[in-house]
Amino acid sequence: MTSGPTAPDRPDRRDRPDRGTAVVLGAPEIGRALTRIAHEVLERNKGADDLVLLGIPTRGLPLAERLARRVAAVEAGVDPAALVGVLDVTMYRDDLSRHPTRPIGTTRLPASGIDGKVVVLVDDVLFSGRTIRAALDAINDLGRPRAVQLATLVDRGHRELPIRADYVGKNLPTAQAERVRVLVEEIDGEDAVHIEAGEEGPAR
Amino acid sequence: MRHLLSTGDLDRETAVHVLDTAAGMAATQSREIKKLPTLRGRTVVNLFFEDSTRTRISFETAAKRLSADVINFSAKGSSVSKGESLKDTALTLQAMGADAVVIRHSASGAPHTLARSGWVDGAVVNAGDGTHQHPTQALLDAYTIRRHLVGAGGTADPAGRDLAGLRVAVVGDVLHSRVARSNVDLLTTLGAEVTLVAPPTLVPVGVEAWPCRVSYHLDPVLADQRPDAVMMLRVQRERMGAGAAGGGYFPTPLEYTRGYGLDARRLALLPDHAIVMHPGPMNRGLEISADAADSPRAVIVEQVANGVAVRMAVLYLLLAGEVSPAGGHERLDDRTGIA
Repeated sequence: MTSGPTAPDRPDRRDRPDRGTAVVLGAPEIGRALTRIAHEVLERNKGADDLVLLGIPTRGLPLAERLARRVAAVEAGVDPAALVGVLDVTMYRDDLSRHPTRPIGTTRLPASGIDGKVVVLVDDVLFSGRTIRAALDAINDLGRPRAVQLATLVDRGHRELPIRADYVGKNLPTAQAERVRVLVEEIDGEDAVHIEAGEEGPAR
Repeated sequence: MRHLLSTGDLDRETAVHVLDTAAGMAATQSREIKKLPTLRGRTVVNLFFEDSTRTRISFETAAKRLSADVINFSAKGSSVSKGESLKDTALTLQAMGADAVVIRHSASGAPHTLARSGWVDGAVVNAGDGTHQHPTQALLDAYTIRRHLVGAGGTADPAGRDLAGLRVAVVGDVLHSRVARSNVDLLTTLGAEVTLVAPPTLVPVGVEAWPCRVSYHLDPVLADQRPDAVMMLRVQRERMGAGAAGGGYFPTPLEYTRGYGLDARRLALLPDHAIVMHPGPMNRGLEISADAADSPRAVIVEQVANGVAVRMAVLYLLLAGEVSPAGGHERLDDRTGIA
């Protein structure tokens, strides 16, 4: 999920960045935030043993892959590809009946599974917390990790559930109606975080 | 997609989207916990006016794996056997709040009547009507063909791809087969070339208007056209009336088997990669021999498993979308590009 209220991408927005759009993070800031989070994850979990990074599509996955590469760069003998999985939460969402039908994504766990592991969920924006609730339900059906932690590039507030992130790239105070867009090199061709003035009311 | 009545209503994009969604569903079915909470609180009614075991069980499994409530209604021993009309049955189901009605009926067009009448608000899924259509069977056949034959011989991910260039032979009782009609429409939409093979007595009137070739001889089709998939149809003797073994459509079962049955000899004529399909239930020894049915190239059991995934995808696409304030489902029509 990218901007909270509406998950579908709005590529047209990028073509007219003048409409009340502010760039709040650029590529260097994002890189530094991910490096810091990678170290925090290692520090908190005393190394990369039993660690699994699960990216939530779409943009959580490339972020999880980058975190894994940074973890592998610090810890000897860690294979970044064996650390990363992808967790599609579409079928666990509580707002399916409020949106047009969403396409179903893939879920792929690392070969070693998640039982007894420390799972770090990786998402781009933490907003209402409902995506994370869905992710926790999805994990419940897939196995029993020893612990679940949450890493997010941007925490924009406005939580609707008692959920908080363990690792935050940037706390971004926003108005409910604003949209936060995270762009990543792998998908959008550039690294950036935008805030766009909202024209629609709060969506949930 | 508001209802699923006929594969003729599906365009290529929609059909590929259903197959891709089915692939997502199939991936969840290898897990230890197969149940997903997606359709919690929705009610699916299986309204079966005609005997069916595998289709009903398949729909029931699909709905339950998505956490929908399932009500099974079969005509035998119900109010229908006391003379209730389709309309009154439908109004009863509507009063009970069915979100989707999966209907099988011996009359061609019954699902269409149910969908267009306004008797029910829910989505209508055709689970086989007379000799007309059986769209979920065709979708699961297309899914099975795509899984085996598209994307480097089934090794690469076929997501987003259609069946362009594949040749499929559909053999047997085409006259009584809704499976054949649905498959001709769907496989052609997806870019495959379909050849129907049947004795002249079992070829329907008007077949020349169908987008496929027709042959009366199986051996030349297998040898010359080298089909990638062979779909054997069940000889529907219950629809052939009383009398002689073939009801006048063919002289004897033995002669039918000689001309149109798939046996070890004909299996050897097929290309190495070809798959053998059958919608079930099989008449072993009539349209398919045990050699062919149990050969490693037969994907008949896998078709059943794929049926659950495809029906999960159909129920998901029909039911998971937006609920309009009036309570009924706002249909997805142009919102998602699904017809």
